[in-house]
Amino acid sequence: MDFGSTFFYKYRRFIKTLKIYLFLAGPGLIVMLADNDAGGITTYTVTGARYGYGLIWFLLLLLPVAYIVQEMTVRLGAVTKRGHAEAIFDAFGSFWGWFSFIDLALVNWLTLVTEFIGMTAALAIFHISPVVTVVIVSIVMMLMVLQGKYWTWEKIAILFAALNVIYIPAAFLVHPSVGEVLSVGLIPHFPGGFNGTLFFFLMANIGTTIAPWMIFFQQSAVVDKGMKEKDIPWGQMDTLIGSAFTVLVAIFLVVVTGTVLYGVEIESAAQAASMMMTTSPWLGTCIAIGLFNAGFLGAICISLASSWAFGEVFGWAHSLNMKVREAPWFYACYLFALVTAGGVVLLPNAPLILITLFVQVIAVTLLPATLVFLILLLNNEEIMGKYRNTTLQNIAGTVIVVAIIVLSTLYGITTLFPEWLM
Amino acid sequence: MLTLETIFGERIGSVFRGWTNKIHEINKKYETPRIKMSRGVKIALMFLRIYLILLVLLLGYKFWTLLK
Repeated sequence: MDFGSTFFYKYRRFIKTLKIYLFLAGPGLIVMLADNDAGGITTYTVTGARYGYGLIWFLLLLLPVAYIVQEMTVRLGAVTKRGHAEAIFDAFGSFWGWFSFIDLALVNWLTLVTEFIGMTAALAIFHISPVVTVVIVSIVMMLMVLQGKYWTWEKIAILFAALNVIYIPAAFLVHPSVGEVLSVGLIPHFPGGFNGTLFFFLMANIGTTIAPWMIFFQQSAVVDKGMKEKDIPWGQMDTLIGSAFTVLVAIFLVVVTGTVLYGVEIESAAQAASMMMTTSPWLGTCIAIGLFNAGFLGAICISLASSWAFGEVFGWAHSLNMKVREAPWFYACYLFALVTAGGVVLLPNAPLILITLFVQVIAVTLLPATLVFLILLLNNEEIMGKYRNTTLQNIAGTVIVVAIIVLSTLYGITTLFPEWLM
Repeated sequence: MLTLETIFGERIGSVFRGWTNKIHEINKKYETPRIKMSRGVKIALMFLRIYLILLVLLLGYKFWTLLK
């Protein structure tokens, strides 16, 4: 075969693979990009402003962490055809089932409030009132699910997820020194020495990488999409690409704030965007749009994760492939979560800072249980058959789960008792 | 006898009755855990119980210090 024929054959094969991937891509890509939600974007923004490029190496370590945990949900969903809430009830009984379910419902609702806080703060930079933001976002989110097809919802969500990469061109706008980014960012070190504050930032970055809703969302999405055992490799590839994107976006955002705001005391991404608007309107706009999009993406995934969990536990019809009349409770849960979480943000004198802190503490009560159940389920031969964890997967999974549990617990405790860190 | 219907009235009481019946039904359905309670599983579940008790105690302590 000559060179031209070989090239053409490989090109056709690549295009075919890409087409299949684009058809099957979804849960992994969406959940991983939604992982960079409003809270995540704020964490990366503040990290960059405080430590410059100094913690980029640490963000790279989060890629395998995110992939290994989320990949397990792909296998579990494809093999059991059950969401995570139902899987916990079934495998561990009603006590652990109710604990996980009630905790998930609470932490998801609180996180949804923080997504609305992020979205309203982002659009306030463009002088759009919070009422308008909440109403329009709620309408768009309802329209996305009401069209009655999972596939359509997924492709719309991917379009919104694609906007998450806005931080990549934003990084080029600030003209960072590539040599400095590579030399400072890629060599593992602790900028300013290892101290309590740095430890808090490391924990915060890990805390934003794996959240309980991500596990519930991806498993339910895999089930609703109808993925089967044969689709597992595609789901794994989807999750890997998503993990790479989530880390890439985080790194580019750190580069932006590490270049422009290094050494400036900031508390949120919205504050960073406002500051940048005065010096570079394009950059400020990118950061604000990115923050809004992050909140929006987080909101669509979190509210769906809750609705799926309610449907699984109570035995209601729960699929985006169903019309409202076929799955009324599923859509009612979705609407209820949106309206109440959005409503709280609009309340005058609502304790929004307290809610933001409370989310971190409540998430810590659920995350260890969710991760431990995930590992136990993935090791059960009766449930997983030949798709159960291999020894290598168990070693990697267990190390990561133990590390996440220890660090997220310390993060939660430091949020409760900041004086203990000093 | 005190029932949900006598406390909340016929209409709201029957709604609550429906919910409690549903919860009983779910509890019955998942009464027996499907997973085999091996030594590893028992240790993991025990760890989770202790972990959650400690967290609740910490939250309680925080609440107490706030009140103080």
